Amino acid sequence: MTAAGAAVVASRRPGRRRMHRRESAAAFLFLSPWLIGFCVFTAWPLLYSAILSFTDYDVIQDPSFIGGENYAQLVSDPKVLTSLGNTLAYTALMVPLHVIAALGLALLLSRAGRAAGVFRTAFFLPKMTPPVAVGVLFLLLFNGQKGVVNGVLSWFGIPGPAWTTDPAWVKPGLVLMSLWSVAASVVILLAALQAVPREVLDAAAVDGAGFWRRTFGVVVPMISPALFFVIVVSTIAGLQTFDEAYAAFFGAGNTTYGNDAALFYVIYLFQQAFQFLHMGYASAMAWLLFVLIMAVTIVQVVLSRRLVHYEGRESW
Amino acid sequence: MRARAGRKAGAAGVLALALMASGCAVGTGGASGEHVDYSHDRALHGELSIMGFSGVDEIATTRMDDAKKGLKGVTVKAAEGDFDLQQFLSAVAAGKPPSLIYVSRNQIGSLAARGAILPLDQCIDGEQIPKGDFIPSALAQVSLDGHVYGIPEFDSVQIVMANRTLLDKSGTKLSDVNGSDWDAMSKAATALSAHSGSGLSVIGVDSKLPEFLPLWAKANGADLISADGRKAQLDGPKVVEALTWAASIYKDQGGFGAVKAFRDSADFFGAGNQFATGTLGAMPMEQWYVNVLNDVSPDAPMAFDTVHARGGGPIAFASGSAWAIPAKSANPEAACRFARIMTSTQAWMDAAQARADARAKDGKPFTGVLTGNRAADEKIKPMTAGAAAPWSSAIAAMYTADQHTFSLPANPADAEFTAAMNDAVNAVLNGQKSPKDALAAAQKQAQQALDKGWAALERKK
Repeated sequence: MTAAGAAVVASRRPGRRRMHRRESAAAFLFLSPWLIGFCVFTAWPLLYSAILSFTDYDVIQDPSFIGGENYAQLVSDPKVLTSLGNTLAYTALMVPLHVIAALGLALLLSRAGRAAGVFRTAFFLPKMTPPVAVGVLFLLLFNGQKGVVNGVLSWFGIPGPAWTTDPAWVKPGLVLMSLWSVAASVVILLAALQAVPREVLDAAAVDGAGFWRRTFGVVVPMISPALFFVIVVSTIAGLQTFDEAYAAFFGAGNTTYGNDAALFYVIYLFQQAFQFLHMGYASAMAWLLFVLIMAVTIVQVVLSRRLVHYEGRESW
Repeated sequence: MRARAGRKAGAAGVLALALMASGCAVGTGGASGEHVDYSHDRALHGELSIMGFSGVDEIATTRMDDAKKGLKGVTVKAAEGDFDLQQFLSAVAAGKPPSLIYVSRNQIGSLAARGAILPLDQCIDGEQIPKGDFIPSALAQVSLDGHVYGIPEFDSVQIVMANRTLLDKSGTKLSDVNGSDWDAMSKAATALSAHSGSGLSVIGVDSKLPEFLPLWAKANGADLISADGRKAQLDGPKVVEALTWAASIYKDQGGFGAVKAFRDSADFFGAGNQFATGTLGAMPMEQWYVNVLNDVSPDAPMAFDTVHARGGGPIAFASGSAWAIPAKSANPEAACRFARIMTSTQAWMDAAQARADARAKDGKPFTGVLTGNRAADEKIKPMTAGAAAPWSSAIAAMYTADQHTFSLPANPADAEFTAAMNDAVNAVLNGQKSPKDALAAAQKQAQQALDKGWAALERKK
């Protein structure tokens, strides 16, 4: 570069810097509503709950610092173990079933042709039902004596279990009921299926691949990022499950029979916070759940490096 | 160097945030209102915000009208909906609690222990509220550590409701299902119950566990908690015996799961209720259900009696509501006067007359109202004279039961105590634990909660 050229570049740099600064300011200005919202409604409560987890706090009186007592109590509280076990068992049952059902429905919908829109709407409608209503519906549909589910099972000579009262069947019942809201995952997977290039499937067919081979050899790998997303989101939802089980077993209509089999972690957390007013302990519980979800998600992400195919990446 | 400076700045930032957080994490409780002038003849003004009082029926609206008349100069604003603890706590945390709250009496102890509500001794003296008129068990439920924290109203009591046709068909006497003889009641449960191919088709007797464990324990001579609210007594032999027996009622009919599922499938508030459809022999139930039955199935073959202590007389486990004034209430004077008028004998009389008129208009009998105020009850009872059998027997049983009530005394950990008790009963009903083991675990859990609650209360003093 000549000296004259260097002088021209140098004279342009402050201008570029100004421009860059102006652009950054504009970007931050546009981002500011979200940033403010994040700070006020997410970051601050997060930090605040971390602080509260080291205190004894009932909202009414001042919090008093008690060190790691709440965390020590987590270890010795048998209900924490019960509720964690229930939550993990529910999630382990729910996620695979949820993904299989969503994928199955999405595959069916992808072949529905012109009627796909109608079916998509029909499948999505249950998702619009408030979770509390779903909880109440669960009690009606799965009633061991007069429920529709057992009624249908009886047509095939199968004596249905006491889904709502037998501790062994409460979680499987709730898992089945969770399929009620599978629609969101169906829509995501359907969109992914529709993005699979037709020519790839045609090429596989020409090579002699049948339906199942095409589905599991071509389609599933190609939609694996969407599947991974559904698995991660469903797992988090499973670990945070609350509404339906609370409405069915702990809500106003059922205050006299809180079934321990449906005592999920967030329900117990809610009880500690808002019924017993142990906000400090509930905050510690929330942080334990946060760590658990983080750990599970990290494991899923690590596993996904081997199993999920992203376009443009060489290895699966 | 720059990295170290950055780390220092970061640490300072976190520390500043932590300090801010601890600064913000300030409770809003604490006593206030120590020097409030509650004189009954004092003119009042300002606004009275009420939380938890829906006021939809004539019993509520008539008394509300009376209260508004007695509070000229005060604007009364009642938020719709039942008392919501979360909503209340949010208001407290925001430093703007309502002036007056309407809560279940069993919440009073916990709120009082946390300093969320004011002691009402001065209010009672100043407004000259006739404390002696209140039913003792109702007053006990709102009294903690020697102070009254709530003005009670309403009394829910259990009476035995039975299906006369089923009783007659099985040769069972009403006295067999009133709890006076547990062996007879167990036999009656089996005799009255019926099974079809799909399972239970008639519930013989529903002992209404877990919510009525206190009733059966008391019927067996045991209190679940000491009178001063300090000691849990869940693991006493008489309590174990009561739970064992009350749970066995279900076992004899196919298990609690079957009974509960069948109970849940019933149209509890409709014409297809268990008594009208002949699918329930007998159960103890709060008196308000008499009104439901009379409304939706006036021709149901009903029989009523009081619940009896084992080998003894009538007994009832009472509950109800109460008015309480939050600490830092913006208008405690108006709140106190409002509570006084709402629970006054005159207001109850007016409300009862309005209800009786409304029922007469619909061609239905007035089945009375239990006010929690003995003087009011005595004056309202004669107004129920027009009711015909079997409803007249329900009314008689209800008023008799109200003379023999007990309650769980106020304590600073009622929610935890109740949860421990219900957990124990559920564990027994689910077959997970024996009554003895379940109640021993509940005792430990409940006592820990009580100790913690009382210790916090002592610290505050």
